[in-house]
Amino acid sequence: MPVSIRRQFPIFTRRIHGNPLTYLDSAATTQKPAAVLSAVDDFYQRHCANPRRGLHQLGVEATAMVEDVRQEVAAFIGGRPEEIVFTSGTTAGINLVAYGWAPLALRAGDTVLVSLLEHHSNFVPWQQLGALHRWRVQFIPVGAGGQLDARWFSAHLHRRVKLVCVTHTSNALGTQPPLPAMVRAAHRVGARVLVDAAQAVAHQRIDVQRLDCDFLAFSGHKMYGPMGVGVLWGRTELLRQSRPFHYGGEMIREVRRQGTTFADPPAKFEAGTQNAGGIVGLGAAIAWIKQFGFSRIARHERQLTAYALRRLSVLPGVVRYGPSGVIGRGPVISFNVRGVHAHDVAQILDSLGVAVRAGHHCAMPLMELLQVPSTVRVSFGAYNTKEDVDRLIRGLKEVQRIFSGK
Amino acid sequence: MDLYREKILDHYRNPRQYGKVAGATHRAVRSNPVCGDEVTLTARVRRGTIVDVRFSGRGCAISTAANSLLLESLVGTTVAHVRQLQPAAVLKLLGVPIGPARHHCALLGFEALREALATRT
Repeated sequence: MPVSIRRQFPIFTRRIHGNPLTYLDSAATTQKPAAVLSAVDDFYQRHCANPRRGLHQLGVEATAMVEDVRQEVAAFIGGRPEEIVFTSGTTAGINLVAYGWAPLALRAGDTVLVSLLEHHSNFVPWQQLGALHRWRVQFIPVGAGGQLDARWFSAHLHRRVKLVCVTHTSNALGTQPPLPAMVRAAHRVGARVLVDAAQAVAHQRIDVQRLDCDFLAFSGHKMYGPMGVGVLWGRTELLRQSRPFHYGGEMIREVRRQGTTFADPPAKFEAGTQNAGGIVGLGAAIAWIKQFGFSRIARHERQLTAYALRRLSVLPGVVRYGPSGVIGRGPVISFNVRGVHAHDVAQILDSLGVAVRAGHHCAMPLMELLQVPSTVRVSFGAYNTKEDVDRLIRGLKEVQRIFSGK
Repeated sequence: MDLYREKILDHYRNPRQYGKVAGATHRAVRSNPVCGDEVTLTARVRRGTIVDVRFSGRGCAISTAANSLLLESLVGTTVAHVRQLQPAAVLKLLGVPIGPARHHCALLGFEALREALATRT
């Protein structure tokens, strides 16, 4: 990637405690290019109206802008526009499946398989609704190198398994489960597959036809877009089967005192005024990604990840978690500095302008498995450079110097 | 960096009042969901006086140092004194201002202490 792309991100003009910003927390949220910020601004400055309601000029424009983005999202992930439901983010998309589809498709005693790599947002809904509806929720264990236990998975697939919930890329370790193979195996027993693609969409091409999954959820803000907007993609027949998750305006066909008939998907799931500015920003984010293309972005991030892994591996006292190399992983690295709590590492790095995440990464069951309360997580975006990695390594040496008392 | 001064690092490396009190009369466990840390607090109280009080568990430098400094200052004082103690006073023991993001680290042991003294084993 050209170094000049950093200039497209206004945030990199910030100084953090007197240092340039070294942003290594893109898995939490990516920074936003000026093109996205101005697209959101332009919507509110020039086209603001409530989409799908106004007959006036602005209403027509706002509607067209939102529906254009639906087309762009569909093309971006290989789906059809009517399969694209705008949500507030990945969490809302997963909950829509959990509340809208699963209670109609699953009966008491049916099984849901949930991977232990999941973020709480693809874990807690199944645990909680499973208890409510008496589904059997089982967890796919994680083995060496942060990989899902493929043998356990195939041994636990049977006719009563109705749903498999799995991440495309683990937010905590970067692990990428072997998705097309898992989907094929699940489909053989008639199970549906929900993929959490929050950590994937900014880093590589996602094609729902190739993955062959049944639902896929992601967020705009982890792919250079604004916060508060996301997408649930679902197969047409499954969206038709699903009940609305929220009831309200613009999701109905006809409302009588005796009852209500609902609009077709995706409108059925988009009750209330949508985050139109956010949706427009998401469209701008897709356009921004497309000008570089995923082969360039992915190659750049893979090189950075490999470089960081190499630098970390020769730093004494650094314990890494997750896959050892760059194959089957996203641009995410989890580690600890021996003898130093992850929060202390993050705080010292922050004082040098290096932003990393420290904690359990909303994956407490996984942390329990790794037998650590927390880790330090470094994650990359298209704007990161080798210098960012060098600053991280210098910061980690400073951490070790402070804690060794020398 | 300012926060990691010798006093804090010293109490992190060699925490005072670490371990469990034998024959504890009061006990509480508090955990911090944000960082996954957990602290167990045990105390032996006789006629309102804190004869011994200790903490155990895993935490960052800030939380360990805060627990160490706090409990060190409390041996021989009274339960009534602890009831009067304000969070600000606990933060002051560290000797340097810590950002709001670390308050929960520094106060975890204090919360456990208050809970322990409010209950009897």
